[in-house]
Amino acid sequence: MLEISDLSGGYGAVEVLRGVTLTARGGEVTCVMGRNGAGKTTMLRAIMGQVRASAGTIRLKGTELQSLPAHEVPRHGIGYVPQGRRLFSDLTVAENITIGLMTRNHGAATRDKVLDLFPRLRERLDQRAGTLSGGEQQMLAIARALCLEPAVLLLDEPTEGLQPSMIAAIRDTVMLLKTTGVATILVEQRVDAVLSMADQVAFLQNGILAETCAAAALTPASPQFQTYVGV
Amino acid sequence: MTRFLDRSLILHLAVIAALFAAQYLLPSYHHTNIARIMVLAVFAMGYNIAFGYTGLLSLGHALFFAAGLYATGLGVEQWGLPTGIALIGGLAAGGAVAVATGLLALRTGGVSFMIVTLMFAQAGYLTILYFGAVTRGDEGFVISTAARSLGGLVLSDSTTRYFMALALFAVAMLAKLALVRSPTGRVLVALRENEERSRMLGFDPFRYKLLALGISGLYAGAAGAAYAVLFGYVGATFASIQYSILPLLYVLLGGAGTVLGPFLGALVMFYLIDISSGYTTAHLAVVGLALLILVLFAPKGILGALRERGLKWLP
Repeated sequence: MLEISDLSGGYGAVEVLRGVTLTARGGEVTCVMGRNGAGKTTMLRAIMGQVRASAGTIRLKGTELQSLPAHEVPRHGIGYVPQGRRLFSDLTVAENITIGLMTRNHGAATRDKVLDLFPRLRERLDQRAGTLSGGEQQMLAIARALCLEPAVLLLDEPTEGLQPSMIAAIRDTVMLLKTTGVATILVEQRVDAVLSMADQVAFLQNGILAETCAAAALTPASPQFQTYVGV
Repeated sequence: MTRFLDRSLILHLAVIAALFAAQYLLPSYHHTNIARIMVLAVFAMGYNIAFGYTGLLSLGHALFFAAGLYATGLGVEQWGLPTGIALIGGLAAGGAVAVATGLLALRTGGVSFMIVTLMFAQAGYLTILYFGAVTRGDEGFVISTAARSLGGLVLSDSTTRYFMALALFAVAMLAKLALVRSPTGRVLVALRENEERSRMLGFDPFRYKLLALGISGLYAGAAGAAYAVLFGYVGATFASIQYSILPLLYVLLGGAGTVLGPFLGALVMFYLIDISSGYTTAHLAVVGLALLILVLFAPKGILGALRERGLKWLP
């Protein structure tokens, strides 16, 4: 379980997040929604230590992450798939996965488990990551994060710009991860995707957590989507 | 994967075998040239680990080369050390100076890193000139033939020199092949590709960059040390900016991020200068033209272009 309490932080003097409190439980998908500039990506970056917290705490299994150097955060079991995938495009699929496995010294068993989730990647192990299609690149980005065997998985708009079949594949993967006890925090703007995957939905507005709802209580016509997302 | 590794290993062993045969097949004029090229290629291979694989554009590698050159040269000529000890000293000096430089320079990045490494190299160059009583400054010093022997081998002998240079080259190249194929080598490439992403996967960029620079310094130190005893001259020119730019040019010409690229770059550049200087005193203009053509038609260097156009397995 990842607990974020009164988290504030931003870039230099500009405070983007202001007193955010959120809990992501294992086996659940927490979707974070909000308009552009609301602080969604900044929140994920703060969890990963890329944005320093000026106040508040981020706790995972008793460890306070906000005081760790950024490169130590993933070793505590947090996988991050940033917006735009950011693969190592000159390395092959296999090499990208190897790098993911190195973080927490996982081996062939983890590799096989991850590749079982993405059979298309298994067929392309020797292909350079930069030459994969957009959907395959997203799969690889998620696969690499899963090589950490994370307790918490952060996904920043993973379905952005993908064709429907790829979106469905990624949604299936997220739903499968729920059953393995992974706590997923998903930044997503598509209401249908959110409602099909989320257990709870957190709405950010100007860096403040304006509202948290159980996903079961929301419908596409719920006013929160209009108020906080503008759809 | 294994198939590719085997294929690349065979290619690199074939290059070593071809260089071995060259000693018997080529006219003697080329023996010293190729020995020199192999030593400079070791220097460039080290530069390639920092620049081609890790993305560290350094302008200070002359300092690491000179550290190896002077540690070994002074060791055998002035301090009376056995050649083997002096060579190890030169290797260690290159690595140690690179790590010391990296501890400060790696706190910066990009252009600042370039400037800071250049500054260190210039400081090293001026230090050599300042302590002219020991280093003989700009003029340098010649290492006596008597001091250039290793376990009964006379290093000033043309054939011995060639095979010693080949041995160093072979060890350096195979070690580099092993490094770039190892998980650590993959992390270095990952850092070059996206430092922030590497950090998000749990790798400390500073630690890995320092490691790359340290290994790069060991290569430069080994090349400098070998140069001193194989060619018998130690001078401040080797610490000048020119010797920081040369390995960069070799790497760019041959192909950054390829194991064989630095050797190919050094070979082509050396003979380009050698041949063109026979026709014109403006031989550097010929080199400039070659580089211009390269930038226009093969910006990733000779082997980089080949890798892009089909030889994707080239390490």
